[in-house]
Amino acid sequence: MTLAPRLVGLVSGLLFGAGLVLSGMTRPDKVIGFLDLTGDWDPSLAFVMVGAIGVFAFAAWAARRQTRPVWAPSFQWPTRKDIDARLLLGSALFGLGWGLAGYCPGPAPTAPGPEYRTGRPDAVRPGLSSCVGS
Amino acid sequence: MADFTPVPALLGGLLVGAGASVLLLGIGRIAGICGIASGLLDAPRDPDRGWRATFLAGLLLAGLAGNAWLPGAFPAPSAPLPVLLVAGVLVGVGTRLANGCTSGHGVCGIGRGSVRSLAATCTFIAAGMLTVWIARQVRV
Repeated sequence: MTLAPRLVGLVSGLLFGAGLVLSGMTRPDKVIGFLDLTGDWDPSLAFVMVGAIGVFAFAAWAARRQTRPVWAPSFQWPTRKDIDARLLLGSALFGLGWGLAGYCPGPAPTAPGPEYRTGRPDAVRPGLSSCVGS
Repeated sequence: MADFTPVPALLGGLLVGAGASVLLLGIGRIAGICGIASGLLDAPRDPDRGWRATFLAGLLLAGLAGNAWLPGAFPAPSAPLPVLLVAGVLVGVGTRLANGCTSGHGVCGIGRGSVRSLAATCTFIAAGMLTVWIARQVRV
C-alpha cells in the first residue's frame, strides 16, 4: 500500500530531473540568459515552460475527468484563488534571488556537480537549503 | 542570442511536464519542488513523507546521471559565495511566502489554469529580469 506512492514519487522525480538537466535549466547561465532581456537574450527557458505546461495541462484535463488518481484516494488540488500581497511579495523576493544567482528550487537539489568540482558544498544548493531551512 | 537551444529545451520541458503528470495522475499531487522539500522537513512524520523523499531522490539521481553523461550540465556557480547565500535565502523565503516557485506555480499552476499562479509567475519573472538588468548596470 505504501510502496506505490513511493514508486510514483521516484519515477516522477526522475522524469522531472532528467527534463531539467536535458533542457539546460541546471545551468545558471541559461537561466540568467533568459532573464537578460535587454542583453544577450536566450529564450530557451520559455520553450521549457511551454513544453512542461503543455503536457501538464493535458494531464490536468485528464485528471479532472477521473474520480480519483490511480494510487491514492483523491486528487489534492490547490484551492486558493486569491492574489494577495503575500503571494506577490514572496514571488518578487524569489525573482530577486533567482536573478542574482540563477538557481531556482528545482535545479538546486538536482545539482550535485559543482559541489564535487569546487569543494564548496554550501555554494551549491542555495535553493534547497534555504527553501528547507526558512 | 548566444546560447539558444530550443530543441533540448522543448524536449526537457516535455519531460518535466511528464514527471509532474505522473505525480498528479498517480497519486493526485502537485509537483511543487519547494512544497515537497519543505513539507518533508515540516512534517517528518507525515504519511506523505515517503513519496516526497523518493521524488527528491529521483531528482538527485537524475542530476547525478546528467553530471556523468552530459558534460557542462552543472557548471560551477559564477556568482560569488556571499551573493549565492543571499540569493538562496531570498529564494527560500520568497517561495515560502508565495507557496510555490517555478514548478508549483510556473508549470503546474499555469498548466491547470490558475490565475493566482499566473500572477505569481509573471511577478517572479519580472523581478528576475529587473534584477539581472540592475546587476548589469552596476557591473558595467
